[in-house]
Amino acid sequence: MTTTLSHKDAPMDAARGNAALRSKRLRNLGIAVLGWSVALIIFFPIFWMILTGFKTEAEAIAEPSLFFSPTLENYHDVQARAGYFNFAWNSVVVAFGSTLLALLIAIPSAYSMAFLPTKRTKGTLLWMLSTKMLPPVGVLVPIYLIFRDLGLLDTLTGLTIVYTLMNLPIVVWMLYTFFKDLPQDILEAGRMDGASTLQEIVYLLMPLTLPGIASTGLLSVILSWNESFWSLNLTTSQAAPLPAYIASFSSPEGLFWAKLSAASTMAIAPILVFGWLTQKQMVRGLTFGAVK
Amino acid sequence: MATLQLNNVVKSFEDTQVIQGVDLEVKDQEFVVFVGPSGCGKSTLLRMIAGLESTTSGDIVIENQRVNDLGPAERGLAMVFQSYALYPHMTVEDNMGFSLKLAGENKEARREKVLEAARILQLEPLLDRKPKALSGGQRQRVAIGRAIVRNPSIFLFDEPLSNLDAALRVQMRIELARLHEELKATMIYVTHDQIEAMTMADKIVVLQGGVVEQVGSPMELYHHPRNRFVAGFIGSPKMNFLPVSAESAAADGVTIRLPGGDTTRVPVQGTGCQPGEALTLGVRPEHLVLDETGPLQGRIQVIERLGGQTSLYVEMDDELITLMVDGDVTHRVGDEVRFTFEPRRGHLFTGDDMALESLERHPLASLTRLDHRAASDAEA
Repeated sequence: MTTTLSHKDAPMDAARGNAALRSKRLRNLGIAVLGWSVALIIFFPIFWMILTGFKTEAEAIAEPSLFFSPTLENYHDVQARAGYFNFAWNSVVVAFGSTLLALLIAIPSAYSMAFLPTKRTKGTLLWMLSTKMLPPVGVLVPIYLIFRDLGLLDTLTGLTIVYTLMNLPIVVWMLYTFFKDLPQDILEAGRMDGASTLQEIVYLLMPLTLPGIASTGLLSVILSWNESFWSLNLTTSQAAPLPAYIASFSSPEGLFWAKLSAASTMAIAPILVFGWLTQKQMVRGLTFGAVK
Repeated sequence: MATLQLNNVVKSFEDTQVIQGVDLEVKDQEFVVFVGPSGCGKSTLLRMIAGLESTTSGDIVIENQRVNDLGPAERGLAMVFQSYALYPHMTVEDNMGFSLKLAGENKEARREKVLEAARILQLEPLLDRKPKALSGGQRQRVAIGRAIVRNPSIFLFDEPLSNLDAALRVQMRIELARLHEELKATMIYVTHDQIEAMTMADKIVVLQGGVVEQVGSPMELYHHPRNRFVAGFIGSPKMNFLPVSAESAAADGVTIRLPGGDTTRVPVQGTGCQPGEALTLGVRPEHLVLDETGPLQGRIQVIERLGGQTSLYVEMDDELITLMVDGDVTHRVGDEVRFTFEPRRGHLFTGDDMALESLERHPLASLTRLDHRAASDAEA
C-alpha cells in the first residue's frame, strides 16, 4: 500500500479485503470438502470390511445394509479354524526382520552413494529402482527353484530374505535422498576429529537423519506386512504370515465373505495401530528435506 | 614445532588441473593466509593439506613427515569450516569433546580440556546449549574451540568469517589474532577478503587459477607486488593503472611519458626495458595527491565522503581513476582537478604484466607479526 492512499479509497480497499478473505475461506472450504471426500472413498472399503466381519454369512451376501445385529461368531470361527497368533507372529518376525536387514545393508550403501559418488552412482540407483518395475511373477519360478534347493521354502528365513531384497531398492533410494540433504561439512568435520567411516555413520549420520531412517523403516515394515504374492507362493503353513491367513478363507469350498472380512480385519489391525502410533514420525520423515 | 612444506603439489579433477604445482613453506607459529578470487583453488589447497582432498602429485610434508597417504585425523591438524559444521545434535561441550571421545579419553580428561578451551573463548556459559541456540559468532567460537581441544600442530581455517556480519567479522578478526598470539600455533587461513589477509597474516599467499602469484608479508605485497594481478588484488580501493610509454630506461630508473605528456622518472630496475616500450603505470589511490601543478588531470565523476577520507573518482582519457584524499576537500562533481604522485610510489608493469623491481626496498616490507612479537618479548 502506498502513502498516497486517500480517505476515499479506504472503504473500497476494505471491501476488496473482505472479498479476498471470503474467496480464501471459500477455497479452504473447497479443499476441506475435497480432502474429506477422498479420505472417505479410500476408507470406505476398509469400513465395509470391518462391518461385514460382524455380520452373519447370510447377511454378508444379502442386500447391503448398515443395520444388522452384530455378531462375534466369525471371529470365533476363524480363530477356531486357524490360529491367528501363529500367523501374526510370523508377520511380525518377517516384517521387522526384513526391515532391519534392509536398513543394515542400505545405510552403508546409501552413505557411499550420497557422499562418495562415482560416475555410475546415478545409473546404479536407477537400475535398482528399475528392478521394482519387473512383475514379481517373472522371477517366481527361478526363485522358487532356488529356495527349494536351499531348503528355504516355508521358512521365516526364506521369506525374510525375499522381503529384504524386495524392499532394498526403495530403502536405499529413500535413505540416499535423506543422506544427500545432510551438509557434507559435518561429516568432514567428523573425519577431521578422527572418526572412522563406521563412527561417522553411527555418531553423526544416523542421529542426524533419524527421522528419515525411521520413516524409511516404517514404510518397509508396512510394505512387508501387506505383501501377499511371495508369502502365498513361498509358504504353506510353518512360515505363513497374515496375508496367507486371509487367503486361506477363500477356500475351494466357497467364499465366506464374513469370515474373510473378520480375518482381514484382524490382519490389518496391528499395522493400523502401528501406523496410527507412528504417523507423526512418518509425516515428519517424509517431509524431512522439504522444511529445511 | 609445526612446519609445513608443499613440494610441487598438483590437484587434477579429471582433465582440469585446479592446483598447478604449488611450492610453499610454512614456518612454525606462522599465520599464513591464502587469498585469491573465488575459484582460484585456495580452498582446494587447504582441503588437500587437511587430507579431505587427495593429492594428484607432489608432496605434503608436515613436521618433516610426508603425509600424502595419511587420513585427515592422523595428520594432527584441526580445521574450522566456513559453515562451522557443528554437530547439530550435540551440546557445545559434546561438540568440542567429540574428537577426544573418539580418541578414547575418559570423561574427566575430556571435560578438563573442553573447559580449558571454553575458558580461552569465553564459552563456559554455553556448554550445555545445542548449536541451534547459538548466534553466528558463538557458533564460530565453538567451531574454533573444537579445533583448540584437539591441540593440533596446525590450525586450518576455511573462510571462517564470511558468514558473519561486518561488525562481528572485525571483532572475530581481532579475537583470532589474539588467539594466535596466545596459542603460539601455526595457522593457515583461507579468505577471499584481502583486508582479512592484510590484517592477520604473517605471510600472504596470493593464488590465481591454481597458481601461486606471490608469497610475502602483507607490506611486501603492498609495496612490492610482483605482477599486475597482485598489485590490483592487494589494497583497497584497487590500484589505478595508466598506460604510459618508456622514454628512457636504465638500471637506476625508467623515465616514462604520462598520458598528459609530462615525463617523470620512476626508481625501478629498468634493465631490459626498451625506450618507447608501452608500460603500465600503477599508483594506489592513497598515493595520488591533488596538486594544482600536477601532471595528471581529469574531471570528477563521483565523490564518496567517508568522513576522515574522501574518494574522488576522476575521469581521465575514458578511464576512471580513484584518489583517496583528505576528508575535508571542498571539490564538487564536475570539477577539473590536477594531481600527482611521488615517483617512488609508482609501479611499472611490462607488457606481460610483470612488475619492474623497485630500486629501494620499503623499510617495512619484511615486517611480520612475528617481528612485533619479538619486539614485545624483548621489551618484557
